[in-house]
Amino acid sequence: MEMVKTVVRVGIADMNIVREPDTIRTSGLGSCVGVVLYDERRKIAGMVHVMLPDSSLGKGDSINVAKFADTGVYSLMEQLKAEGVRPMSLKAKIAGGSQMFQFGSGDTVRIGPRNVEAVKKELARLSIPLVAEDTGGSNGRTIEFDPAIGTLQVRTVNAGTMVI
Amino acid sequence: MRMKTELNISDMHLDVLKEIGNIGAAHAATSLSELLQRKIDMHVPKVALVSFDDMFELAGGSENVVVGIFLRIEGDLSGSMFFVLPIDSANRFIRRLIGNPQFDFLTPESIDEIGVSAMQELGNILSGSYLSALSDFTGLKIFPTVPSLSVDMVGAIVSFGLIEVSHYSDEVIVIDTKIVEEEENDKSVDGHFFLLPDPPSYITIFKSLGVM
Repeated sequence: MEMVKTVVRVGIADMNIVREPDTIRTSGLGSCVGVVLYDERRKIAGMVHVMLPDSSLGKGDSINVAKFADTGVYSLMEQLKAEGVRPMSLKAKIAGGSQMFQFGSGDTVRIGPRNVEAVKKELARLSIPLVAEDTGGSNGRTIEFDPAIGTLQVRTVNAGTMVI
Repeated sequence: MRMKTELNISDMHLDVLKEIGNIGAAHAATSLSELLQRKIDMHVPKVALVSFDDMFELAGGSENVVVGIFLRIEGDLSGSMFFVLPIDSANRFIRRLIGNPQFDFLTPESIDEIGVSAMQELGNILSGSYLSALSDFTGLKIFPTVPSLSVDMVGAIVSFGLIEVSHYSDEVIVIDTKIVEEEENDKSVDGHFFLLPDPPSYITIFKSLGVM
């Protein structure tokens, strides 16, 4: 049977998992960061689209783990573990964390760079190597990861498309 | 401060917000008509509690490329405000305003400072008229920040205004007003105004209007 490729979509403050030959995609990253954790050998990957650096910033009644860098990266790793992936074999690629506008108030100041720092901190804590990134600047990004070959395509409006 | 994300928002509350959107947008549409010397209509605003992804859909989808003007509201109320225009409409407005038919937001070489300033000024005038109407209606002091402009994907632009809300909730009350320019042949949807009050300001608005 021929395999049909589908593109799994990840919304904002959302996460999902994909296996070859499907790809996984999130669009319109601004200050948010798209984090991909993948296992090259098993050809499986997960993606989370985080909005805020730290779950301690949450002021609501319940928290959506995919919204924060700390809980998002950790939960994604747990989901991959549940699929039989060994954390030791995971690698990470990330994109996003722009400063879309030059002003902000309160927690929105430098929110993009702070998201990137928080993601890197959590990856380091979990000993997951970060092998590629396209972060910072002032561009929006749409990203798509292909677990079959381990590549992350980054598309922008003003700065072209690249593969990392 | 912890706040209940379910604020028991009733239809009456949403109607009040709709009225605010109506008054604000009517003023903004008048300003835009005068500026462009064209008839500009506005739709009855849509007020809803929506997910962040649905909020992007209102503006044409997360990946849709637009000209976005963003400003923060401070004072008695806090929140974010966006004026989102399709590239074609923004180009048409600016070409008309500055008399440069080559101006195009998608071609960096054709963008001159005057066009960008004109777009920012357009945002200033529209948000100013919208917010002064809102201030008169509620009696609240409202100060807009200087507007900032970006040409990019809806998700990248609008998510910046959701950061504050995202501390409290995964849903946002959006007051969405469509602005339509009447052309000879057809009516094209030209843009959206989005007013996104920060959650602590919901109560301030309702109290100021005597519905809480």
